[in-house]
Amino acid sequence: MIRYLVRRVLLLILTLLLTSMIVFAMTQALPGDIARLVLGRDARPEAVAAFRQQFGLNDPLPVQYLRWLGGFVTGNPGRSFAAGNPPVMPLVLDRLGNSFLLAGYTLLLTLPLSIVAGIVAALREGSWLDNLIAFISLSVTGLPEFVTGIVLINLFALGTGWFAATSLVQDGYTVVDWLRVLTLPALTAGFVLGGYVTRMTRAGMIDELKKAYVRTAILKGLPRRTIILRHVLRNALLPTITVIAISFGWLMGGLVVIENVFNYPGLGSLLVTAVEQKNLPVLQTCVVLIVFIFAAANLLADVLYAALNPRIRLT
Amino acid sequence: MTATPVIHAQQLSLEYRLQGGWQNAIRGVTLSIDRQQIHGLVGESGSGKSTLGMGLMGYLPENARFAGGSILFDDKDLTRLSPADAARLRGRLIGFVPQNPLDALNPSLTIGEQLQEVTRYHLRLSRAAAHQRACQALEQTRIAEPEAVLRRYPHQLSGGMQQRVMIAMALSTRPRLLVLDAPVQTLFRRPLHPYTIGLLASLPGAAGGQQSRLATIDGTAAPLTGRPAACVFAERCPLVIAQCRTHKPPLEQQPDGRSLRCWRGPEIAAGSVNPARPAHVSPAAAAPADAVPILRAEKLRKTFHDASLFDRLTGKASAPLKALDDVSLTINRQATFGLVGESGSGKTTLARVIAGLTVGDDGRLELLDRPLALPLHRRSPEALRNIRMVFQNPGDTLNPYYTVGQALGRTLSVFGRGQFSREEIARRTAALLEAVGLTAAYAGRYPEQLSGGEKQRVAIARAFAASPALIIADEPTSALDVSVQAVILNLLKDLRADQGVSYLFISHDLEVIGYLADWIGVMYLGEIVEQGTRDQVSAPPMHPYTEALLSASPSVDLTQPAQGIRLTGDIPSPRQKPAGCPFHTRCPRRLGPICAAEVPPLQIGEGGHQIRCHIPLADLRTLQSTPGGSG
Ligand SMILES: Nc1ncnc2c1ncn2[C@@H]1O[C@H](COP(=O)(O)OP(=O)(O)OP(=O)(O)O)[C@@H](O)[C@H]1O
Ligand code: SF4
Ligand code: SF4
Ligand SMILES: [Mg+2]
Repeated sequence: MIRYLVRRVLLLILTLLLTSMIVFAMTQALPGDIARLVLGRDARPEAVAAFRQQFGLNDPLPVQYLRWLGGFVTGNPGRSFAAGNPPVMPLVLDRLGNSFLLAGYTLLLTLPLSIVAGIVAALREGSWLDNLIAFISLSVTGLPEFVTGIVLINLFALGTGWFAATSLVQDGYTVVDWLRVLTLPALTAGFVLGGYVTRMTRAGMIDELKKAYVRTAILKGLPRRTIILRHVLRNALLPTITVIAISFGWLMGGLVVIENVFNYPGLGSLLVTAVEQKNLPVLQTCVVLIVFIFAAANLLADVLYAALNPRIRLT
Repeated sequence: MTATPVIHAQQLSLEYRLQGGWQNAIRGVTLSIDRQQIHGLVGESGSGKSTLGMGLMGYLPENARFAGGSILFDDKDLTRLSPADAARLRGRLIGFVPQNPLDALNPSLTIGEQLQEVTRYHLRLSRAAAHQRACQALEQTRIAEPEAVLRRYPHQLSGGMQQRVMIAMALSTRPRLLVLDAPVQTLFRRPLHPYTIGLLASLPGAAGGQQSRLATIDGTAAPLTGRPAACVFAERCPLVIAQCRTHKPPLEQQPDGRSLRCWRGPEIAAGSVNPARPAHVSPAAAAPADAVPILRAEKLRKTFHDASLFDRLTGKASAPLKALDDVSLTINRQATFGLVGESGSGKTTLARVIAGLTVGDDGRLELLDRPLALPLHRRSPEALRNIRMVFQNPGDTLNPYYTVGQALGRTLSVFGRGQFSREEIARRTAALLEAVGLTAAYAGRYPEQLSGGEKQRVAIARAFAASPALIIADEPTSALDVSVQAVILNLLKDLRADQGVSYLFISHDLEVIGYLADWIGVMYLGEIVEQGTRDQVSAPPMHPYTEALLSASPSVDLTQPAQGIRLTGDIPSPRQKPAGCPFHTRCPRRLGPICAAEVPPLQIGEGGHQIRCHIPLADLRTLQSTPGGSG
């Protein structure tokens, strides 16, 4: 187990190194001079030279890369190209915190309901309730996020004013303020995730309920509740749990559309702005961080799966 | 036998909901089981054994219902109990051991948890008491180290151990009735019903030696939706009379306590009619006397390393698995080489290495006097044509999207090297189908429209399509009913003579091998420990393992008490193959330390009979000829 973890962590570091190199190489492939791109076509040559000097763009590529890498490891991957040149790290960390909050809240809102819905649908397979749950879960996953988002805004923000339509997160927010801001984007993301989780859970339950060991348990004379809770659930939820762990990566770094619709200051929207503004230091740091979250979520999924499944021993 | 029966089913009927209607699966069954009595239930697949067995426990699948009759148990009628009350009875007073232990245990709970929950729930035992009870129950099944087994998960046990756990589970509440749903061939003294007589006669052990054919039952068991109304067996019964199709025969008590549902029962009992089919005793062709070898294998070896490259680099690889260790054999023209051995002994690996599907590590193969490369891709098209395989599960090897005709036609055109015209292929397809006892009309069917036996016939026809010299059949009948198995075995025997092929026939069933094979090899942990003619391997001197296998297989005849030596414990994992003689850990005739220390010599007896054992052949003969002569 320890060996396995060490190996996986080493692999994760290798992945990060490779991605950071690829991102670095790709930014160099942008057509034209990056300083001119950032400062504008009419920028004076002196300003361009100063910019290049300030961000070390004159150094050879490997030197630039190593400097960035050193900075990243020590927690200071340089300064943003944006006005005022604030340091990258606090900015990214701030967004990371917001994303984390949104992701956690989404899971909290979605999982209990969607897992229970999946279980109920499986236990009543073929009934009207099963069909209804299938219909709802399919339609909420199928709708594009911006459609759900805009509908929600119209219904619950503009219509009733219960929730905030846009989320200008400010210091000194109370819990209520946070809930006002977070609920609608979390619901939008939760629809996609929840529909998926419901269907995974239902499929997993139906698969397991057909297994011979369930009949053994019935013939042992155990009550139905015990059979479901003790025997079936832990096997049926295995694939769902993996999916949830992996989707955590998506919630953290992949909510670009939702963050845009709600103006939510998360990692995804930071990445998009960085691309638009050719803000290389922010871009690189963001990408590496998101890759890290995805990889870590995957590792977590594998470890969880093995921990819950005695047939798998990590070696 | 005057005591009240433990359970008494009266006119019990059960129905399944199928295609919107209710179909009878069990009709008017009456049976009583007394204390300490073993009640056997036999029949072809789908005849309703499992349905009845579980019905007796008051359990029905969700789409089933009781349709009449009663089951009296403990003064209660199980057909009328609420599901919760029925559940309390089963598990506590009625135990169940399923047909197939595989998957019958929950993979993510330990054996201990699964054993203890029964007694904790039904008998309200404390954790400690339940643990102790579980241990005792496991001990009763003679499992080694019950304490350790309790801590393990199902996947860490062999199939045999899982089966014992299931039995221990059923025993742990000390039930009054145990329902064992097991595919064993039960013992009869003298059957009276035409169906039972047919079933029994189709067992290979019942045949009058190799020269005769197996008796078969006509037709196949009817599906639930098309069962005859009067006598259910009427469509297939050789003794059927007009009355059988119009009136249901009553269940009649016989003088010896048996009961029988057949209009012609009295005549059968009196011996004036006999349902055994006289037309089928015509002799089947025997193998030619002159032995021309077509396949020779020398010193074949195959070791599986299933560890990943990374594990091997870091020195963490699990022990390699020696699936084949120095195997040599010769198969003659038109002969059948029968290979027996417990599961895991390497039979399938040997077959696959000869067929080239698994690449052997070492050793030499020779086909028709020409060297045969081990890897498939280095074999000539001629060699590929000459070795064909038939597998255990016909359904898995037939492509569901090809009709029977397309599947056969494809093989024909590949091995005819495209030289066959379309008409020629159609003609040959029809001929092949007829050779395996089907009609040309089957060419248009898809595999899902075939029964298990028919699928296996198509698979056999496909193997013959290439006109091979050798057909390797890996357990081709073990997924089939005994009645269907008889048809397939007869077919294989006929085809051998007509088409002049040889077989390498693999089975764990000694009777099947004994019926079909001229030469028999007995495998244990990757080695052939004994080989010889059928008569040589079934009479002293025999290898102690062969001896144990023979005495372990149940005898169809009750008058012969089981005797001889017993095998104890499970077959060891080939990963931890014992040194010296691989059989020494279980051998009842073990000589002493020499068996564990030195590889036994290959002793050659009369007629090429080979035995790998330290005990000299003469001593083996003496030991095995005196009853109770084991140490
Ligand atoms: N859940 C079910 N729904 C509908 N039909 C069923 C169901 N289970 C069994 N059957 C049908 O009921 C009949 C009896 O089946 P059952 O499993 O009792 O046979 P069996 O004698 O135990 O066969 P086997 O030897 O293959 O175990 C068969 O025709 C089968 O197809
Ligand atoms: S009742 Fe008639 S058809 Fe049925 S088993 Fe007896 S003889 Fe055969
Ligand atoms: S060599 Fe020894 S252990 Fe092996 S079969 Fe012979 S007597 Fe038994
Ligand atoms: Mg059955």
